[in-house]
Amino acid sequence: MQTKNTKTFYLIPYFAWILLFVIAPIALIAYYSLFDLSGNFTLDNYKNFFTSIYLKLTLSSFWYAFLITFFSLIVAYPTAYLLTKTKHKQLWLLLIIIPSWINLLLKTYAFIGIFGLYGPINAFLNVFGFGETQILFTDFSFIFVSVYIFIPFMILPIFNALDKLNPSLIDASRDLGASSWTTFTKVIFPLTTNGVKAGIQAVFIPSLSLFMITRLIAGNKVITLGTAIEQQFLVTQNWGMGSTIAVFLIIFMVIVMIITGQREKGATSNGKN
Amino acid sequence: MSETPIIRFENVTKYYDAETTVLTDINFELERGKFYTLLGPSGCGKTTILRLIAGFMQPSGGNIYFNGKLINNVPANERQVNTVFQDYALFPHLNVFENVAFGLRIKKLGKQEIQEKVLEALKFVNLSGYENREIAEMSGGQRQRVAIARAIVNDPEIILLDEPLSALDLKLRSEMQYELRELQQRLGKTFIFVTHDQEEALAMSDEIFVLNAGNIEQSGTPMDIYDEPINRFVADFIGESNIVSGTMVADFRVRIGGKEFECVDQGLNPNENIDIVIRPEDLEITTVEKGKMKVKVDTQLFRGVHYELSTYDDEGNEWLVHSTKKAEVGAFIGLDFDPEAIHVMRLNETEEEFDKRLESYGEDAYAN
Repeated sequence: MQTKNTKTFYLIPYFAWILLFVIAPIALIAYYSLFDLSGNFTLDNYKNFFTSIYLKLTLSSFWYAFLITFFSLIVAYPTAYLLTKTKHKQLWLLLIIIPSWINLLLKTYAFIGIFGLYGPINAFLNVFGFGETQILFTDFSFIFVSVYIFIPFMILPIFNALDKLNPSLIDASRDLGASSWTTFTKVIFPLTTNGVKAGIQAVFIPSLSLFMITRLIAGNKVITLGTAIEQQFLVTQNWGMGSTIAVFLIIFMVIVMIITGQREKGATSNGKN
Repeated sequence: MSETPIIRFENVTKYYDAETTVLTDINFELERGKFYTLLGPSGCGKTTILRLIAGFMQPSGGNIYFNGKLINNVPANERQVNTVFQDYALFPHLNVFENVAFGLRIKKLGKQEIQEKVLEALKFVNLSGYENREIAEMSGGQRQRVAIARAIVNDPEIILLDEPLSALDLKLRSEMQYELRELQQRLGKTFIFVTHDQEEALAMSDEIFVLNAGNIEQSGTPMDIYDEPINRFVADFIGESNIVSGTMVADFRVRIGGKEFECVDQGLNPNENIDIVIRPEDLEITTVEKGKMKVKVDTQLFRGVHYELSTYDDEGNEWLVHSTKKAEVGAFIGLDFDPEAIHVMRLNETEEEFDKRLESYGEDAYAN
């Protein structure tokens, strides 16, 4: 009985945390989403979400999140692959991770300076005779900075998957006549899809609700679900609509998690047999 | 040998940097259709030789020929060689059928042909009916067979086996020894088998290469190597043995400790220092009076087929004896042996010199 009691005791902080910071906020969001501006109970917020404005917003959110995830992936996979081949791979990995410890806001401000009209990029372009170019407040700068911010979260799971891959599987593939490229498409990539999926989860889901980068780098030209929520709460003061968008955001996240969370066969053995 | 050897190593060396030399000047030729074993302790370079043949590594120096053609720079996927890996290296995301079909799909064979060949290969290794199983559902012995099927289905000239039995339990291992040997004879392919297990090597091979520290110490049939080890290392590594220092008094006479014995070796320098090997099963227990040697029994272990006695002579040399007869611990017994039981090994003799010396003895010395 003693052990059972201590077990319950240790579980208290966990349940307290879940209750206060997971269940309660979600319940509150769901609750607020059912009221209009004047405090009357209504389902209009949900009806409104299915109007063209919000659907377009959702679509553009997904589009930007897709672009950010896509570019992160095509940069991260080869990077992670190269990292596993280097001699001091843990060191190189650390160097990639370190920037993610720096505050997001600081890094974003740094990019305002870099991309600004009087920043080094424009100075560099000037040398080649390009006039002053507006880089800040464009789709390009938004996606570039977002990819920069998220890339460690894409590299890490892919690196782990590649690192765990049994090297004799690659030998075996070559031995059976496969070229390097066939080995990649038929053995290496299929056995690291779990890492890719984890990376997509870690990038795509937060990308859906970005708002700080959209404001500072994209100059509010890019509107995502995240910026919409922020504006509903802080500008329009329409908490009901803001909560409704948040509810949909949560639903979208759950859907993404279900899609990317499927376990491949053979995954439990970490690519070894 | 008029036929071109299927594999020829010519002064092959391999080192990673100045300090770590893996292979020092390896030379050998392999004939088609034989079962070869590379035997040696871990770190002796046996797996390196295998990887050089497979093409996973390039030699640092020297040449490797396949059917008389230089293959130093031919990549692994273009060699007619297939490997059975130590951990089998089966693809966990593919089922048994797809694992075996992997090489055939790369060759872009027709669907029907792949189907036929895979089923045939699985039948060959007694795994018919398992084609839709996942690798995770297979036992160690079954995975082993899948790995073999995956190699033989491609009809390679050489099959390389990298300690494939080491992960199996004892009973399964001896079963697989028979099966592999039989498989090799049915296929008629060249097998190159790497192991550190001397019993495995003796049981399966046509020819054994004993390796130590990047060198081939001795090569020959299992019987040659067991009966006439070239030096202390080989004698010690292959089977149980009693190795003592001695002196060659004259032709056919050796001195061990204070005593002289009759032997069958000749042509050495008078009073040359030598190593002497006597196998434990060649020593026979008898009474002290009848024995050629008097020893005291230190310990006795029952090994099933025989007793293993550890005995010591007056000089303190240990003599291991395998006997079906029992002795009493602490008692003095006599040991008897034939002159043929004494194997004389010259110190630092090369394999060539060793072979020449054995040939000079003529056939009569080996009549027994």
